[in-house]
Amino acid sequence: MSQLALQVRGAWYFAEHRIRVMSKWKLIIGMIDFANPLFYLVAVGIGIGVLVTENSGNSGTDGVPYLTFLAPALVASTAISSAIDETMFPTLEGFKWRKTFYGANSAPLSGGQIAAGVFIAAMSRVIFSVTIYWLVLVSFGVLELSSWRTPLFVTLGGAAFGAVLMGVVSKVYNDDLFMSAFSRMVVTPLFLFSGTFFPLTNMPIYLQPIGWISPLWHAAEIGRHFAYGYEISNLILILHFTFLISLLIFGLRYSSKQFTKRLLK
Amino acid sequence: MSKPLISARGLTKKYGDFQAVAGIDFAVAKGESFGLLGPNGAGKSTTMRIIAATSRRTSGELTILDLDPEERGPQVRAHLGVVPQQDNLDTELTVAENLYVYGRYFGLSKKYLKNKVEELLAFAQLEDKRDVKVDALSGGMKRRLTIARALVSEPDILMLDEPTTGLDPQARHILWDRLFRLKEDGVTLIITTHFMDEAEQLCDRLIVMDRGKIMAEGSPADLIKKYSTKEVLEVRFGSDRNKEVAPVIRELCDRVEELPDRLLLYVDDGEALLEEITAKKLHPNTSLVRRSSLEDVFLRLTGRSLIE
Repeated sequence: MSQLALQVRGAWYFAEHRIRVMSKWKLIIGMIDFANPLFYLVAVGIGIGVLVTENSGNSGTDGVPYLTFLAPALVASTAISSAIDETMFPTLEGFKWRKTFYGANSAPLSGGQIAAGVFIAAMSRVIFSVTIYWLVLVSFGVLELSSWRTPLFVTLGGAAFGAVLMGVVSKVYNDDLFMSAFSRMVVTPLFLFSGTFFPLTNMPIYLQPIGWISPLWHAAEIGRHFAYGYEISNLILILHFTFLISLLIFGLRYSSKQFTKRLLK
Repeated sequence: MSKPLISARGLTKKYGDFQAVAGIDFAVAKGESFGLLGPNGAGKSTTMRIIAATSRRTSGELTILDLDPEERGPQVRAHLGVVPQQDNLDTELTVAENLYVYGRYFGLSKKYLKNKVEELLAFAQLEDKRDVKVDALSGGMKRRLTIARALVSEPDILMLDEPTTGLDPQARHILWDRLFRLKEDGVTLIITTHFMDEAEQLCDRLIVMDRGKIMAEGSPADLIKKYSTKEVLEVRFGSDRNKEVAPVIRELCDRVEELPDRLLLYVDDGEALLEEITAKKLHPNTSLVRRSSLEDVFLRLTGRSLIE
């Protein structure tokens, strides 16, 4: 067997383990992933959406109803929040809480394979969450079936973010401090300033760079393009994809290196 | 000795300026039960991690099954079963699932594991806990499960780091019995411990380590013979008087160790010495004659107790 095939197999063995653990939570995960889009539909559809429409008409945001404008970004943010759940907690657990990574590393698995295994399992959850979210939006008529490329491509945003996050979390020793700092200083600004709830261009220019480096903004822009024909040039579209794919590749390599380093400590 | 399974020369591990393992040499033969005895911080666990190919040596030579763990880590690890000091079971999974997922790490087939898991559950005496979450197990059961897990790939070498630390006496004896069975089956065991009784029970041969160095090497019986006397007389005169009496007693026997609470007198005939002491009108509050143990060897070699 080739070296690459061997590497992938090892990663898959660890992913199997992770998926088995995730399956213990299937009821809760299912409920969360199903309830989340419903909450948004109610809050935005009945609440904020009405407010926005009253003020700026039915095609006021980017030429479409507010809910339609928002929907692709919500699918993208679901990709990212699921990726956070399934990379941050397993990484803290593996290195700190239960030290399961050390067990796997005493078996033949390498740090890189363990990192890849966590990533594969996380992606299975991301794909699941995103698909459910999109299906709910479609069934309520917010998005068309023809927008199927939206969930497909926004997954890339979750992948890129999760890949980098695993590497960052593998350097964490004080998990309490990290988790509260991360949710307040990274997650909240990420969701607020990535052009999720309003176009990025509505923000003053000096705040827009937050969006430019945010995988959520790139994923949301791609998502909007494929959801309702939001117009962006091919060049910009390619740049969005290039950013996310580069971040994904960097993240996977970085995590692999960091996992190996921490296991050797 | 036939070609050793493990062979180390000048094995060294430094963390910055601190030398955790200071150039040690040893070899382990197939089927041998080899112990690393020493107090906490002696370098035993570090040595184990280097052998287990999960930590890099700073210098020296090391081969395991003719492979260098530095270059062929995963290949070396495929032949080892590792029981770490701290259990790293997945407490969210059941007992059987822990064995199963661990077996998968070695690329073992689902079909093979189906039978193997049942066999290991029987070995670990955990059949009735098969579908229980690991969280609910006692410390001794978790330890047995960790050992069973390490055996899933039928390793050539089983490495146990402080296998019974933190267990109650009954749980320790059950564990020793399991390990003894493995030894009888010809599994090569590498055990670190700071319990001398454990080393005496389980090890054919051992190295006594202190501050990263090997202080002595041999079978438990050889070490006792070489570094201690046949018997030890322990006497207590009360903490104030121990010091006072010690010089008098020194005249009666070659070696006296003063511990905070008692005096250890090294002689071949403990009862005879006790009579002499009594004849001198030195009446100890309590006295005990026992045979020498590895604890005495360690005390002799380092001037310190194993458990401080």
